[in-house]
Amino acid sequence: MTITTAAKRRHGSLAKVEARQALGFASPALVGLALFTIVPVGLSIVMSFFDWPTFGARTFNGGANYLRLFEDPNFLPALRNSMVFTVLYVPLSVIFSLLLAVGLGPRIRGRGALRVLFFIPVVTPMVANVLVWKMLLQPQGLFNGLAQTWFGVELPNFLADRNWAMIMVVVMSVWQGIGYNMLIFSAALEQLPESVLEAASIDGATGFRMTWSIMIPMISPAIFFATIMTMITSLQVFVQPQMLTGGGPGNSTLPLVMWIYNQGFKFQDLGLAAAGAWILFALIITITALQFTAQKRWVHYEH
Amino acid sequence: MSTDIAVPSTKAMIAVDGDDHVDTERRSGGAPMTPAARVRLILAHVAVYVAAALFMLPLVYAFFSALKPNGEMFAMPPSLFGSEIRWSNFAEVFQFGPFWTYIGNSLFTSIAGTLVVLFVSTTAGYAFGRLRWKGRDAVFVLFLATLMVPAEVLVIPMFQVMQWFGWVDTYQALIFPFAFGAFGTFLMRQFFRGIPYELEEAARVDGAGPVRTFAQIILPLSKSSIAVLSVFTFLSFWNSYLWPLIVTVDYGSLGTLPVGLASFSGLTGTRWDLQMAASIISMIPTTILVIALQKHLVKGIAMAGLGGR
Repeated sequence: MTITTAAKRRHGSLAKVEARQALGFASPALVGLALFTIVPVGLSIVMSFFDWPTFGARTFNGGANYLRLFEDPNFLPALRNSMVFTVLYVPLSVIFSLLLAVGLGPRIRGRGALRVLFFIPVVTPMVANVLVWKMLLQPQGLFNGLAQTWFGVELPNFLADRNWAMIMVVVMSVWQGIGYNMLIFSAALEQLPESVLEAASIDGATGFRMTWSIMIPMISPAIFFATIMTMITSLQVFVQPQMLTGGGPGNSTLPLVMWIYNQGFKFQDLGLAAAGAWILFALIITITALQFTAQKRWVHYEH
Repeated sequence: MSTDIAVPSTKAMIAVDGDDHVDTERRSGGAPMTPAARVRLILAHVAVYVAAALFMLPLVYAFFSALKPNGEMFAMPPSLFGSEIRWSNFAEVFQFGPFWTYIGNSLFTSIAGTLVVLFVSTTAGYAFGRLRWKGRDAVFVLFLATLMVPAEVLVIPMFQVMQWFGWVDTYQALIFPFAFGAFGTFLMRQFFRGIPYELEEAARVDGAGPVRTFAQIILPLSKSSIAVLSVFTFLSFWNSYLWPLIVTVDYGSLGTLPVGLASFSGLTGTRWDLQMAASIISMIPTTILVIALQKHLVKGIAMAGLGGR
């Protein structure tokens, strides 16, 4: 008896020591998380209920900011633009990167180098990528220049047309982001069990059928994951329209994050901006939740 | 929410670390090819190489445009080369604006930020992954929950916090606020959990405390995942735009490369030649990084990709 209680006590004090040490290890992260995440999140809720200019007096205004959002001439268009961007961008990005990942199969010579190539725009500064596209899309730029020289066709002035501007923001973004999802899919494809692929090929599955009926379903968890992440990031789109079109022409490419930025830092209305940010957050959470509900219908997990 | 989503295969990472061609020859052997299969393979090569060429066209054309005289940027018909090859455009970028300052600021804040992230993530990952304490899992779930809050929601209140701290227009503000995200901690915790406990216990029996086991056993075994985390953290600092744009006002002395590049493009007005040269310059370090680390890229994405950018 005495031995076990002594052991227990010893064990208890050891556990205490370990808990203290754990606190030591975790404290930098905990302090940082409190200061730079928990406090801002709380503060953001508070701010969204205040008339909160960058400088000057703050006054509580109930939910007035949330009502003002819907009277703002640009908020609903911005909401719509972010959705339109997402609806266009996510499927294009996922489909093209999936095609690339499948296309860059193990039998392709130089696949390593090609992968790096497709990945380069993912890591280069977005601002630089956008400047390059801005040059290409000028009325006298490469695209229109080639179209005129080779085919005698005059292309529209992409960045000055309401519809074309959004399309080009999407096209540029697909080009920029495709390498990321491609690598996610490549990694998933490489982890497919050899045995299943062999069994399928013995059963006569080749080429397209092998890809469509065997490989794609087997990496559907990766596709699901990539779709969700791409959707979340595309609802947060900012730099591409900011640099490429400045949100224009008019407000036709002004996305939600740019609206938040403008309210907060151009018009110094931090309260209204915070309220807008919560709408964005609600949107992201809702769509992610919907995706998780829908996944049961098309995602196959192994276990 | 389960805390064990997306467990990266720690053992595989340890085993594969330093041995890069485990999977390069996979599936490339097999039966001899039929003529039809050979034709398909050739067509596949044509398709992916044409796609790659089209894909690279914007960057290649931007590079050649950076070498043209400004007046010939939009000449008709478009051509790769202008009347002369002006390497001096690249030099002129540095005279036109404080470009060295932008590069220096980006380097400094990216490296410092990465070091902070590494320190915070490995220590917290150790506490959450390998030490036992009351409330650990509850706190960890709270950690994970913060991953759902997008940075765009945080920037408005964060700016207010920076004002209270008196950090607006400082290096601290560029380094610290987004260095405590839960992602790094999550990644390291997942990896640490896969390290066999016997290794740590042996050290403990020899009288090593947690600090020593952490520094001498756990960290050396985690080089690969630490490398992955460093690269992705560095890139996210190097490319971040919205936050530096907000929290610095004096771009001339505190501008990072993306912010500098954006304001530079306003400054240079219609100097497309300089804008292209500056863009190309800003792409060089990240491109070199990716080429140097290409072998770890897929593995890194398989691991780090499970969590965002």
